[in-house]
Amino acid sequence: MAAVSTATIPVGLDAPAATAGPRRRVGFGWLLLVVAAVYFIIPLAASFFYTVDNRATGSLDLGAYAKIPTSAGFVDALRRSLTLAVLTVVGALAVTLPAMLVVTLRWPRIRPVIEGLSLIPLVIPPIALVVGVRDVLSLGPNQLAGTPLGDALVSSQDLDLPWVLVVVYIVLALPFVYRAFDAGLRAIEVRTLVDAARGLGANWLTVVFRVLLPNLRTAALGASFLTIALVLGEFTIASILSFDTLPTWLVEISGENAQESVAVSVASLLFTWLLLLGVSLADRRRRTPRRAS
Amino acid sequence: MTQAVTLTRPGGRAGGWTRRLGPALAVTPFFVFVGLGLVLPTVALAVSAFRRQNPDTLADESTMDNMSTALTGGYRTALLGSLRLAGVCAVLGAVFGVLLAAAVVRSGSPLLRRLTLTASGVLANFGGVPLAFAFIATIGNAGEVTTLVERWFGFSITDDGGFSLYSFTGLTIVYLYFLIPLMVIVVVPALDGLRPQWSEAAANLGARRWQYWRHVGGPVLAPPVLGGALLLFCGALSAFATAQAMVGGTVPLVTLQIANVLSGNVLIGQEGVGAALALDMIVAVGLVMVVYWLVQRRTARWLR
Repeated sequence: MAAVSTATIPVGLDAPAATAGPRRRVGFGWLLLVVAAVYFIIPLAASFFYTVDNRATGSLDLGAYAKIPTSAGFVDALRRSLTLAVLTVVGALAVTLPAMLVVTLRWPRIRPVIEGLSLIPLVIPPIALVVGVRDVLSLGPNQLAGTPLGDALVSSQDLDLPWVLVVVYIVLALPFVYRAFDAGLRAIEVRTLVDAARGLGANWLTVVFRVLLPNLRTAALGASFLTIALVLGEFTIASILSFDTLPTWLVEISGENAQESVAVSVASLLFTWLLLLGVSLADRRRRTPRRAS
Repeated sequence: MTQAVTLTRPGGRAGGWTRRLGPALAVTPFFVFVGLGLVLPTVALAVSAFRRQNPDTLADESTMDNMSTALTGGYRTALLGSLRLAGVCAVLGAVFGVLLAAAVVRSGSPLLRRLTLTASGVLANFGGVPLAFAFIATIGNAGEVTTLVERWFGFSITDDGGFSLYSFTGLTIVYLYFLIPLMVIVVVPALDGLRPQWSEAAANLGARRWQYWRHVGGPVLAPPVLGGALLLFCGALSAFATAQAMVGGTVPLVTLQIANVLSGNVLIGQEGVGAALALDMIVAVGLVMVVYWLVQRRTARWLR
């Protein structure tokens, strides 16, 4: 409620006096837009101000940002998160694209299966999924102890590079990757391209890497950006399984150094937003009716 | 038929074999990963919701205790708290989202429209830990706005106003920050689908404004708005990171309870309660999604 009540202060000053009839409806719309703008901008502006507001000296400086790279654990957490992001992107693309090409070209009848499985992760809350993941992992040192499968489960929880997170993140990324490629594949004449390339003697690898992928570049880029944003921001699963990634590190330091944790939040937000803006720009370019050269 | 095959493919058996093996190999990784990361955990969770270690004999046994414990006491409070929070967020998010989208669509300004849609796309993804910290830095106990208001007006939001960010109300305000943009994204296409001709036709037939909304606009908009509200409900119900970073354990929420159980804060023999709570969540979200799907089927008829 506080946000709303502070929000109304400038509105009363700026909004034109309400007049009769349709004019009043327009006025209400603008009032709403201004309130919304205030509600959405204030937290961002205030967080930034919070990070540059040096309460010790009473002046503004970027000290909180300058401290980030040297703070304990940051570099490790960032490196781990970036590695996970890269592996997840590569894995998610490598898992999804072949399956979708098969569905498009050979086995259209299993499309509902692939589509359904790809979209289910949207429905299962991560906190619920991680309960199951933990149950599966606990088989490693117990029921499956000593077997190759048990060993694999145990080694997938390497603290430095937890492979189990890559597997779960690939699943969490499936909805985004599926949708991006679905849109991308619908936008091009897959069958014609493949038939033409095959007719000219290209083998399947050539078809995929030199004919299809260049045409799906935008879709792959969009899917990758969304996946990176997802992995860099994912807290639930990493925290429950006690792995140290950027978001869990952020929560850890917030107790003793609030200003720095907000600074990292602002920095990671800016980075994520650049990625997402990249996606929407790529989207727009795809939608303009112009053939790629 | 066999003849035709042998004629077109001189490779004979090898060709037919690779023709089937290729696609099979290509879809295998997909099914392996979905199996490992989605199906197996879900099955494991459903199983352990009905298993427990007997506190006396220490033997593994089937039980309904987890499911029933998950619906009593603090767990019940948490489940109801989550449902209430998700409900409030869905209704408020839907109302404000529709109003905002309507204001943008009616303004007729392409720039404002593009700005809003891009910003919504970005803000709808703004969840998790950073969102919690942004609000703590803004209207938390030592937040910028909190201190500024106190300095300027001598009014403490937290002490005099009785407002706490680390409460049900606080969480609602924070969740709406990414739920309203999500609603805007969902509803703008639906509002675009309301053709001006319909309201003109209704007016020509003598309908008043409220009659137009009652019989034309409302019924067309209802499915997408309801669908959007259900999406918000699911989003608010499953949100964990923001709540954990912001309130820790002070607000009873099912997601926080699950985390609590998983970190070992339970009686012996009740470890399965976490799985039972998780199963309850999946069932709740599943039911909502079935309704959503039915609603979407209706929407598809009207839009486009």
